[in-house]
Amino acid sequence: MTRKRESVTAVSQSASDPAARRKSSSSPVERVTAVEMGARQREISVSEFFTKNRHLLGFDNPRKALLTCVKEAVDNALDACEEAGILPDVTVRLEVVPIDGTTPPASQATRFRVTVTDNGPGIVRQQIPRIFAKLLYGSKFHRLRMSRGQQGIGISAAGMYAQLTTGKPVRIISRTGPRAAAHFFEVQIDTKKNEPLVHESKQIEWDQLRGTQVALEIEGRYQKGRASVDEWLEQTSIANPHAKLTYYTPEGEIKEYVRAYHELPPSPREIKPHPYGIEFGMFLKMLQETKSHTVAGFLASDFCRVSPQSAEQMCREAKVSPQMKPRDLKGAVAETLYRTIQNTKLMAPPTNCLSPIGEKAILSGLYKQIKGEFYTAVTRPPAVYRGNPFVIEAGLAYGRRPEEHDTTAKPAVPKAEGEQVEDDVELARVIRYANRVPLLYQQSACATFKAVLGLSWKNYGVAQSRGALPAGPMVIFVHMASVWVPFTSESKEAIADYDEIHKEITLALRECGRRLGLYLRRRERAASEYRRRNIFELYIEEVVEACSRLKGGKVPKEKLKKQLQHIALSRTGGTKTDEVLGKTGEGPEGLPHSIIVTEDGVESKTAGASEAGETVKVDESSPGAAKRAARIRRGATV
Amino acid sequence: MTIKTKKPGSVEKKLVGLADLVIQAAERSKDPTLQIPIRALSNVSFNERKGMIEMGDKKQARSFFNVGMAKKFMQTMLVADALAELQRAELTTSLREIYYRTKHTIRDSHENTFDTQDESDPIIEDLEVSLAALREELHVRAENAGSIVGPVVFGDDGDRVDCSKLGKGGYSVPSIVEPEYLEIRRCTADFVLLVEKGTQWNRLSEDKFWRRYNCILLTGNGQPPRGVRRLARRLHEEQRLPIYVLVDNDPWGYYIYSVVKQGSINLAFESQRMAIPKAKFIGLSSADPERYGLPRNVGIKLNDKDVARAKELMNYQWFKKPAWQAEIKRMLASGLKYELDALANKDFQYLTKQYLPRKLRERDWLD
Repeated sequence: MTRKRESVTAVSQSASDPAARRKSSSSPVERVTAVEMGARQREISVSEFFTKNRHLLGFDNPRKALLTCVKEAVDNALDACEEAGILPDVTVRLEVVPIDGTTPPASQATRFRVTVTDNGPGIVRQQIPRIFAKLLYGSKFHRLRMSRGQQGIGISAAGMYAQLTTGKPVRIISRTGPRAAAHFFEVQIDTKKNEPLVHESKQIEWDQLRGTQVALEIEGRYQKGRASVDEWLEQTSIANPHAKLTYYTPEGEIKEYVRAYHELPPSPREIKPHPYGIEFGMFLKMLQETKSHTVAGFLASDFCRVSPQSAEQMCREAKVSPQMKPRDLKGAVAETLYRTIQNTKLMAPPTNCLSPIGEKAILSGLYKQIKGEFYTAVTRPPAVYRGNPFVIEAGLAYGRRPEEHDTTAKPAVPKAEGEQVEDDVELARVIRYANRVPLLYQQSACATFKAVLGLSWKNYGVAQSRGALPAGPMVIFVHMASVWVPFTSESKEAIADYDEIHKEITLALRECGRRLGLYLRRRERAASEYRRRNIFELYIEEVVEACSRLKGGKVPKEKLKKQLQHIALSRTGGTKTDEVLGKTGEGPEGLPHSIIVTEDGVESKTAGASEAGETVKVDESSPGAAKRAARIRRGATV
Repeated sequence: MTIKTKKPGSVEKKLVGLADLVIQAAERSKDPTLQIPIRALSNVSFNERKGMIEMGDKKQARSFFNVGMAKKFMQTMLVADALAELQRAELTTSLREIYYRTKHTIRDSHENTFDTQDESDPIIEDLEVSLAALREELHVRAENAGSIVGPVVFGDDGDRVDCSKLGKGGYSVPSIVEPEYLEIRRCTADFVLLVEKGTQWNRLSEDKFWRRYNCILLTGNGQPPRGVRRLARRLHEEQRLPIYVLVDNDPWGYYIYSVVKQGSINLAFESQRMAIPKAKFIGLSSADPERYGLPRNVGIKLNDKDVARAKELMNYQWFKKPAWQAEIKRMLASGLKYELDALANKDFQYLTKQYLPRKLRERDWLD
């Protein structure tokens, strides 16, 4: 059976098979010689490859393409600002491009101009064309350092997409400082050669003193809601509370995401690769390219966590002379050395190459963008997968703001028979980040999402159906910071599910869940006591009225009511309930790295912190928080 | 409508007593608590001598300051208030009207005092038992869900009702049939046939079965309401008429018979007014299909609920008689139940012309 099938597929090569011959006689096959075939075989440039496979880079459909363009430009802007030590101030402007003189409404439009401006360090004139119009060109691929971009594909791919759909070049303005001139460029990609084509290059007047502006004209679709530009920017602002984002929507609105945190994240250091994270092929390549003259020197200088002593010891163990020239190390010997290294106990890679967002910043980001009543954040200690250090951070925002209850609560309408108050079974929302960049697509393929599903939220007082997200008004924040985030595809949509990563995410979520559980239980206990008393208070009125009517109105109603209320108070928690509920002015007990919002204000205490922390004013211009004196008290860092 | 009560104000006094109880408890800083007799199998016993179910004296406390009972307590007070209002105004009303009268939204909340009638009905029963007042005394009436036809003359609100001259529709049995409300002026019948279903009652009435056999035909359309049961009891007691019960051959039919005969578990305290210990079970017996040649295909397979219920019945003390144990066992063994309607399989008038005449001739009934 299998043999027959093989012979059919081999039709063009072997015509001796009878079955194949019958086939070829019915539909004659054109014979091609190896020489002719050879003439057709030629190199494919990356640009050509990605032109045909643009879905690999996140340009599958017009809606996603619009988001990808914004994302690539904003990522670059933030990376540049942070590397230069500048607090980012990024403006995103989406405009509808008129077609045949008419401007369709944003929801109907098919062409957009995306303009992203930053206050970053700018780009030197010579590099501009290649950065924006050459694929796989960039500063971030060859070093192990945490950054948003990794491969140097992003913005040039966006430019290529623009070129493909509208034929318009990418327009760039960049200025490196007040004394330098602003340069204006119009560039396109020569897709065959993967080289930039410069259409226009001149000096212009620019009102901005420093920074870069990229403008792309693309085919796209603007739609609000899930996985939209709006959502992406909102999530970006949660994970980057140090950045100020201004967003001009295509509908003419201006959305401002204010800076909630005034410190730049510590600049991540560049590190050398850790031996555990290197594959054999890579190891061989490094042997060829090293500047060291000896194998031992190569090991000690080109890798992190390998001391000269341990390098020599490893060489001895693998029966390789430490003085050997690295270029001469080949084949089986090299493999023995590689295995020896993998089996040697080494320190985990240094983690100063990572720049986690930090619990305080996550809290202020969540607090700024999400209206909840309980917030918490956890930053895990660094861990390692395949020799790459990474840090997992998780956060939670739970509940609805007290003031929201008031605005949504309708006046008590008497309920008819069969009518019930409808419970909304809203599921939690997971917001995922890799190196501070929100991930909006392929949620279910992502390690973070799997970890959220895998956790038994019921333990923390949150309802969860089998195999589903936990239910409740809750936003779950998960961030992975790493020098190399293992994405499942080039379009960077989901984090691969490595065991080490999954475990860390679970641990972080568990801690968040534990704190949420404590908060919920405490709240529940107080509320149930309160409800108990409330029940009695409600019914006392009814009972007193009924008694009074039964007695023909000859009852001292007020006295009876007081007596019953007194019994009620003594039989429920009494004044203790008020305390637990925070009614007597004392705030609810704080949990580490958490914020609790009550009707009276915002409480955030760091457990065990004795010194009074700095008081940071949470932005008051953000909707909802405007009127309340919303202050976050921060304790000392633990 | 004029209403006379035996002891004027006695029921009202009992109702007002509830308010006193609350006031006194409040005065002493005590939790107001009502003692309500338990209406369940655990609190009834079968009095073999009298042949009826009697209620025990187990009571359940209903306290106000108990989260689980607070609402019920409040509801009890509201219903008591509504019942007292009826007493004062000398009006009768239905269960459903009580529900509407007492339903309102509690001040400053989304909560209603009652959400459905299912909440207010048991409270009325609670009050009946705990105040030892009959439902009629509380001025609550049920639907007129029964019919009667036959040689009997009633006096109802001064009107003469001759049940032999009411065509095939008969007289609709009121829910309150106490002598003050319904008077039996004349009765020449020999027995009473209490039929479970309206269909068979109609058949018998249409065929003038009552004239031929000089009997009273009575139906309660399913589980007979109080009015029907009380009327049967009065005919039995005052006119010395034997009562025969004709029901479906299934556990529910058996239970209807047992309620007529010994009283119900839920309202065991009313047995002494309602139960007819000498009532006889005339059919449909599990022996009948064979005896009357009913084909197996007109039977219905017993479902799990039926089987469970039948086994439950066998454990009731009042079904312990050997004949009854055999009767139920036979049904379980056959695995089938039969409706009265199945008799039509043989002939439309089989019930009137063959089945009942033979039953009466052979004196084939169970006690």
